[in-house]
Amino acid sequence: MIKNISNLGDAALYCDFGKEVNKEINTQVIKYFKTIQKKNIAGVNNITPSYNKLIISFDLKKINFNKLKKVIDNIEIIKGDSIQNKKFEIPVCCEKEFSLDIKRLEEKLKMKEEKIYESFFEKEFFCYMTGFIAGMPFLGDLDENLRAKRLDTPRVKVPKGSIGLTEQFANIYTFESPGGWNIIGNTPLNIFDSTKEKEPNLINPGDLVTFKRITKENYQNYHE
Amino acid sequence: MNKNYFEIIRAGINSTFQDLGRNNLYHIGIPFSGAMDNRNYLLANKLTGNNHNDPVIEFAYQGPHLKYHGDKINIAITGDVSFKIKKGDNLINGECYQSFILENDDELDIISTNKSVYGYLAISGIFDLKFQWSSCSTNTKAKIGSNNGEKLSVNQKINIKEINNNFVHRKLNYVNTKIENIRVIKGTNFNYFSEESKKIFFKNEFKVSKLSDRMGMRLEGKKIENIIDTNIRSEGLIKGVIQVPADGNPIIMLSDHGTIGGYPKIGVVVSADYDKLVQLTPGSRVKFQEVDLSSAETLFKLYDLETQNLISQI
Repeated sequence: MIKNISNLGDAALYCDFGKEVNKEINTQVIKYFKTIQKKNIAGVNNITPSYNKLIISFDLKKINFNKLKKVIDNIEIIKGDSIQNKKFEIPVCCEKEFSLDIKRLEEKLKMKEEKIYESFFEKEFFCYMTGFIAGMPFLGDLDENLRAKRLDTPRVKVPKGSIGLTEQFANIYTFESPGGWNIIGNTPLNIFDSTKEKEPNLINPGDLVTFKRITKENYQNYHE
Repeated sequence: MNKNYFEIIRAGINSTFQDLGRNNLYHIGIPFSGAMDNRNYLLANKLTGNNHNDPVIEFAYQGPHLKYHGDKINIAITGDVSFKIKKGDNLINGECYQSFILENDDELDIISTNKSVYGYLAISGIFDLKFQWSSCSTNTKAKIGSNNGEKLSVNQKINIKEINNNFVHRKLNYVNTKIENIRVIKGTNFNYFSEESKKIFFKNEFKVSKLSDRMGMRLEGKKIENIIDTNIRSEGLIKGVIQVPADGNPIIMLSDHGTIGGYPKIGVVVSADYDKLVQLTPGSRVKFQEVDLSSAETLFKLYDLETQNLISQI
């Protein structure tokens, strides 16, 4: 449930579901998201669910913080809307040219490269949310020993297809963008397709994802 | 076959089609986009007799040099822009905030924006564009929007689907003013920063860095010191949010921003100051000034009234 609603600037509501990150809380966030989306509240521009927060931005010409807060405070959550789980296996090449931050991680985590990869590739991940850039899935949870912070200064350009790690999460850069995650490899698979307006994202919240290590040769010859 | 079109002699630095942007897509990672300077976008459309949400060409720093082919058409440029119109041997100095007629073989050379970043070119008619999620707005990073998500390039054509035969000369007396203080509401992580840094944030000057574009504006100044955690759980962002990564240099989210971010939010620029914020050139110095929510709402009402007032003067 929402623990607190505050304002983020003058044109957004910041709904806080607490500090914890787990599937149960995230499922609550998604339920609120779906309910609010279906209500089509006049003036609401965007609703962004994340692990344990929901941000609702609005058009200040049409509604303001206090009015919208009242609506959200009194909203009734739609029951029984279950989230579908699809499964995906994502190919990843970890050659030197792709694993930009593996040395940094070795140092920060005090682990050998091979141990990092071993732990990463045996995990099944849950998609908590998508965003930052179009279609980027936020996948959890990494084992405790693989958790590192973001880069101190984010990169101006992270290559398309990069697999990044930070804290308890992994993600996939769906196209070249700035970013601060620790990059450990690259996938040749296209994760976002803007020509499919109805469903541009390959991976959606609730889906299950595993990664499979491939050689450079496989990477270069990869066809979807 | 389109008989009315612009030939691109020079594309300019970052010339893209923009409109009011797209809604309800943050949850899949697609930002708002749209014209950076909303007021100047609206004025450009009004000056050419268009609907308020019609596509225009936004340019940054250096604009495009275009040659027009087709029937008579009206154009208008807004912002603080130097441009010339060439009619045969005649070279006319253009002026912003008024309409000009272009005829077959005329050239429009948008030389540069002056002490500002963005300018807008509207035509009295409709560009022939592909829309995505009901907007033409081009997001070059995500390759979304018209022109296959790319900025304009030399040797391509800009086709015009329709000309509205409305050749009224329209003019507005308006001068863009530069902003000195950017008004900011404290962010949700304001308390992540040291007492000293909180003071610095609202007292010192920051310099706009060269690493600024439609996604974000990076600032440089005295480092903002984080005393709790330099990362937060990734969560939604909106335009105007000021994040501070571990290096202590603030980054302001602009119209093509990432929809989710994991750096602490020290503040959010008020909606009323957004148009002026985006016009700050690299090297400009800015100060932040704290305001509360109700003042920010009042400031927006004033900003919106002024915009409506300008539109009604055209």
